[in-house]
Amino acid sequence: MSDQQQADLRKDEVEAGTTTGLASPSVDVTSDRQNSLWSDAWKQLRRNVLFWIGAVLGLLFLLMALFPKVFSRGADPRDCSLSRSGQAPSSEHWFGFDQQGCDYMANVVHGARNSLIIGLLAVVVILLLGVVVGAISGFFGGWVDSLLSRVADIFYALPLILGALVVLRSGFLGRGVVAVAIALAAFGWMTAMRLVRSQVIAVKSSDYVAAARAMGASNGRILLRHILPNAIAPVLVYATITIGVLIAAEATLTFLGVGLQRPAISWGLQIDAGQRLLRVAPHLVFFPSLILTMTVMAFVMMGDALRDALDPRQRS
Amino acid sequence: MGRYVARRLLLTIPVLLGASFLIFAMVYALPGDPIRALGGDRPLAPAVVAQLKQEFNLNDPLGIQYLKYLGDMAQGDLGTDFRGRPVLDTISQRLPITIKLTVVAIAIEAVIGIAAGVLAGIRRNSFFDNVVLVSTTLVVSIPILVLAFIAQFVFGLRLGLFPISGVQEGWYSFLLPGFVLASGSLAYVARLTRTSVAENMRADYVRTARAKGLPNRTVVIRHTLRNSLIPVVTFVGADIGTLLGGAIVTESVFNLPGIGRAIFDAVRAQEGAVVVGIVTLMVFFFIFFNLVVDVLYAVLDPRIRYE
Repeated sequence: MSDQQQADLRKDEVEAGTTTGLASPSVDVTSDRQNSLWSDAWKQLRRNVLFWIGAVLGLLFLLMALFPKVFSRGADPRDCSLSRSGQAPSSEHWFGFDQQGCDYMANVVHGARNSLIIGLLAVVVILLLGVVVGAISGFFGGWVDSLLSRVADIFYALPLILGALVVLRSGFLGRGVVAVAIALAAFGWMTAMRLVRSQVIAVKSSDYVAAARAMGASNGRILLRHILPNAIAPVLVYATITIGVLIAAEATLTFLGVGLQRPAISWGLQIDAGQRLLRVAPHLVFFPSLILTMTVMAFVMMGDALRDALDPRQRS
Repeated sequence: MGRYVARRLLLTIPVLLGASFLIFAMVYALPGDPIRALGGDRPLAPAVVAQLKQEFNLNDPLGIQYLKYLGDMAQGDLGTDFRGRPVLDTISQRLPITIKLTVVAIAIEAVIGIAAGVLAGIRRNSFFDNVVLVSTTLVVSIPILVLAFIAQFVFGLRLGLFPISGVQEGWYSFLLPGFVLASGSLAYVARLTRTSVAENMRADYVRTARAKGLPNRTVVIRHTLRNSLIPVVTFVGADIGTLLGGAIVTESVFNLPGIGRAIFDAVRAQEGAVVVGIVTLMVFFFIFFNLVVDVLYAVLDPRIRYE
C-alpha cells in the first residue's frame, strides 16, 4: 500500500472518529506510527476469539474441499453396497451409511467442494457487480444513479431463493455449479451495490478527493485510487457473511430440486434424500446439516469479527 | 409528508412493473412446452394445442404477451392455470395460511427478539449479554432448512409437542413453523435492539434523567426504550414483506398449503400464470410494507422529516 493511500485511510479514520465524537482524533495525529484502517483492524481482529474459531473452521472446510480423501479416511463416496443400507454410525464408519449403502462420511466430506465453489464464485460475481454498479451509481449520480438504483430496487423486491428458483427452473443457465452460482449472484448483488454506492457518496465529498481533482486527476483515477479503497470496507464485511448465506441458499435450492442434480455430491441432495428417512435414520439428515451449519457459521463469525474490527466506534 | 408519500408511491410503479416483467420473461422464456406436458403420455390433437396456445397467448411475442397480461390484471383477471382454475382462486385460498404463518413469525420475532435485546443492551458485557451474542451467532448460522428439520425431529418426533405437518390443529400448528421462519430475523432483532439500547444508555438525555433522580426502571422504559425501538420497529415492519416471500422453504418442509408452497408447486409444474401472479403479489406486499416503514420512520423520528 502506498504512503498516499495510507495517509488517505488514516484521514478517513480520523474523520470517522470526529463525526462519531467517540474516538479522539488528536491521539492519531500525535502518534508517530502510520496506522492504516486495515492494520488497526488486524490488531483488533487478532484479539478476537470468535474470529479465530471462524478462521480455523473456514480453513478446515477449505482443506476438506481441496483434499476430501484425507478427511474421509480413504473411503470412496461412490463405493456403495446395498447390504449396508442405512446403517447407523459406528466406530469404523463415523457417519454410518446412506440408503444406497455408501459411506456417509465420504459423501458429506466430498460435498464441501461444490458448496465452497458455489459460495465463493457467487460472492466474487456479487462483489464485481456490486462494486462496479455501486461505484458508477454513487460517483456519477444524476440520471445514471436513478436508473441503476431502480434496477437494483426491482431485483431487491424479489427474494433470493424465489428469484434463483425461477431462473434455475426455466433452465437457460443449465443446472451445474456455475449455473447455481450465477443464479444466486443475479438475485444477490443489490445489497453490495447499495453499500458501495452509499460509501462512495459519503467519501466523494472529502477534502482529499477535492485535492486530487484539483491536481488534475482523472475520474477513473480518483475513483480507483482515492474513493474505492476508502469505501470498500463495509462491502467486504458483507461479502464475508454472504459466503455463508450463499452456501446455505445453494443447499436450499438443491433441496427444493432446482439446484445441483445427481450424480453431483451436495449437502442439499443429502438432506433431501435423508429427510424421507427422518424417522428411521436421522443421522442421514443430521451429518450434512451439521457440516453445512458449521461452514455457514465459519463465515458468519469471520464477518462479524471483521465488522467489529473495522467499526471505529468499537475502538477504545 | 403527503408529497413524500405520493412521490414514493409513484416510484413503486416502475419497480412493481419491472419485477413482474422480470419474472414473466423468465417464466415464459422456458424452453419446454407446457401444453405438451399437459397432455402427458397421449399427445393432444393439433387443433386442441392450437386452441390452448391461442387461449394462453403463447403465439404472441413476449412483450405483447406481457401487455395482454397487464391488461387482464387491470380488470382483476390474473388468468387461469392449465386446468382452468383462476389464479385468483388459488391465491385467495392459500393466502390466509401464509398470513397466519407470518403473523405468528412476526409476533415471535418481536417479543423474544426485543426482550433479549433489551436485557442484553442494558447490561453490556454481562453474562446474559454474552449468551445473547453467542446464541444469535448460532441461530444466524443455522440455515432455515436445517432448523426446520431439527425442529421437526426434536419437538415433533421425539418430544411429540408439536404437529410437524399440515394445519389441522389451528393456530397451534403454526407455532413451530412460525418459530423456524422467524429465527433469522429474531436474532437480527435481538442484536439491533441490543446495539441501539446500549448506544442510547450512554446518551446525554439518559444521564440527565438519572441526574434528576428518576428510578432505573423509568429511565429504561420511558427514556431509553422509546428511542431505541425506532430502528427495531422499522426493521420488523419491513420484515413482514420479506417473511411473506421467504415462506417457500418453511411451508414446503412443514407441508403448509400457503402461497409459498403454491409457488413452489407452480414453478415445478411450469404453471406460468400462477408463478407470475403470486410473485407479483409478493413483490407488491414487499414494496408496500417497505413504504409503510419509511413513512413510519419519519413519523417516529422527528430528526428525519421528509419534505
